[in-house]
Amino acid sequence: MYVYDDFDRTLVDERVNEFRDQVARRLSGELTEDEFKPLRLMNGVYLQLHAYMLRVAIPYGTLSSEQLRTLAHIARRYDRDYGHFTTRQNLQFNWIKLSDLPDVMADLAKAGLHGMQTSGNCVRNVTTDQWGGVAPDEIEDPRIWAEILRQHSTMHPEFTYLPRKFKIAITAAAHDRAAVRVHDIGLRLHKNGAGESGFEVVVGGGLGRTPFVGKTIKPFLPKRDLLSYVEAILRVYNQYGRRDNIYKARIKILVHEMGAEKFGAEVDAEWQNIKDGALAIDLAFIADIASRFRYPKYENLANEPPALTQVRSRNSRFDTWFRNSVTPHKQRGYAIVTLSLKPEGAPPGDATSEQMDAIASLADRYSFSEIRVAHEQNLVLPHVAQRDLPVLWEQLEKIGVATPNVGLVSDIIACPGLDYCSLANTRSIPVAQELTRRFKNLGTQRELGRLHINISGCINACGHHHVGHIGILGVEKNGQEFFQITLGGRADEKAELGCLLGPAVPYAEVADVIEDVVAAYVELRDQPNELFVDTVKRIGVEPFKERVYAAR
Amino acid sequence: MTAPSQQKLKVHGPVVVTGNRLSDGAVVYRGAIGWTARLSEASVVSNAQAAKDLLVLASKDDAAVGAYVAPVEINNGQIEPGNLRERIRLAGPTFDLPASFGI
Ligand code: SF4
Repeated sequence: MYVYDDFDRTLVDERVNEFRDQVARRLSGELTEDEFKPLRLMNGVYLQLHAYMLRVAIPYGTLSSEQLRTLAHIARRYDRDYGHFTTRQNLQFNWIKLSDLPDVMADLAKAGLHGMQTSGNCVRNVTTDQWGGVAPDEIEDPRIWAEILRQHSTMHPEFTYLPRKFKIAITAAAHDRAAVRVHDIGLRLHKNGAGESGFEVVVGGGLGRTPFVGKTIKPFLPKRDLLSYVEAILRVYNQYGRRDNIYKARIKILVHEMGAEKFGAEVDAEWQNIKDGALAIDLAFIADIASRFRYPKYENLANEPPALTQVRSRNSRFDTWFRNSVTPHKQRGYAIVTLSLKPEGAPPGDATSEQMDAIASLADRYSFSEIRVAHEQNLVLPHVAQRDLPVLWEQLEKIGVATPNVGLVSDIIACPGLDYCSLANTRSIPVAQELTRRFKNLGTQRELGRLHINISGCINACGHHHVGHIGILGVEKNGQEFFQITLGGRADEKAELGCLLGPAVPYAEVADVIEDVVAAYVELRDQPNELFVDTVKRIGVEPFKERVYAAR
Repeated sequence: MTAPSQQKLKVHGPVVVTGNRLSDGAVVYRGAIGWTARLSEASVVSNAQAAKDLLVLASKDDAAVGAYVAPVEINNGQIEPGNLRERIRLAGPTFDLPASFGI
């Protein structure tokens, strides 16, 4: 866990008082909606189809049990008893009253939570690997760097009014779990030939209307230069970014139009002026930030204790869950446990207050009071002693978060869509719900292997449909809901955008079409362990198209 | 999609003016004596000028925000939402909310 200092606490408290005053002036009519809207957006408050929505930042997806309890309390007291975890490791409340918001913010602030940097044209909440600090394949904890960037960007005057929103993601592992190549800036911490660690800097990735996989403009950036280099990127963007056209304002368009090489050269030129100035990071500063991340005092335990292996051999349901949802930990004798927020038929990423409270208590008992939020809209208990897994599993089952479908076809990412979102063309959640029913057989899911379905209700792509192995995008045709389907996208270190399968299909047919796509994959894969995404890569979308559309 | 409030005003058939209540964001409709939460009390008009006039009037009343013109259908004398978006605004999400879902 990261421990906030007095500066952070004062900043959050001051923001609550300011916002209380702004809301009072809005409700009394002293402020107009046009004056108030940018102020509420700076605090993560949107107006959606049928209510206000509050987006709470969960920096680098790390939550304490106390914070999760606070979220449960807000859901229970001020909302409709649940919250929605998003693809940017945030949490959204869908039914908050404006008149309650100052109290909500005050309650959040007591737990060090707020809605800053979750909306508006600023540097948004920096996201990272949900397994930061515990993944065996990372070279160091990427959250330290997310925190350094957060501190630098919060309230930074130059970065608060950018041409558009700006998203940064960081990974420090060989396998990219943070989708860094589809962010405005993606940072991959790795070691160079000399064994020093530094960042590969990727810019101009992003989804939305004009999707791009980012381009590497700096293969290796020493750590001391991270802030000056990011600042140089943002300055070049601030200078050349298109403020005249909202659809062309993201940095990806600038990088695309300018060319990555020229963009990189501009950044370098800017960087030369500032790299040895106040933004150069010294080791003491890094050590100070790192020291505020508290790591658990792990016990000295052995891997695969008998208490675990015996239950695995006796209880096949437990063993299935173990193989699906439990992953190795950096620390011997411990494990990382993913809690699926995707039970059959439920809205993806939603958790009730009761579940949040129960998960907080389980985190206290079995995971050193820490919880992580994954961008796939699941939760994680990051430090569980392997010997505790059987008893933890029983508890997780009771609260409905032990479906062993993590990474499988029913672990669907879906944006809120037309059921909540004022920008939507179509619904997303009911499509996801129907698909989880179609693919409810866990044996079949396991046979299909890793297969990610991502759904967005409009081109804004909050459901990351372009990088789903199967992507589903809602479009409107003559007032009816239609869906475009793409195949072969992926968000990891081999990031790629999916290719369009064919003409859009109506709402009533979309689940049938996805079933046909999956059936085609089973026929077309060259061996049972060839993943869906690899089959598409090998043979392209044509063979899928022939099979799926021939029958229609 | 462009939000209805930003779209060019086209009126083909009956419409109402709708928005969200300032204090809690609830869906409201413009009626004869102000904003109302009941669609049955909304003023229905069917030409662009009347819709525009109603919208201008509604926009001056700050008890609701984001006013725009939305289609309705009149069935057996009842006012009903004219498209899926408006049906969802009136009735809420098209699935059970998690808290009532039993998870
Ligand atoms: S993708 Fe579109 S519909 Fe879905 S949440 Fe984002 S803006 Fe709303």
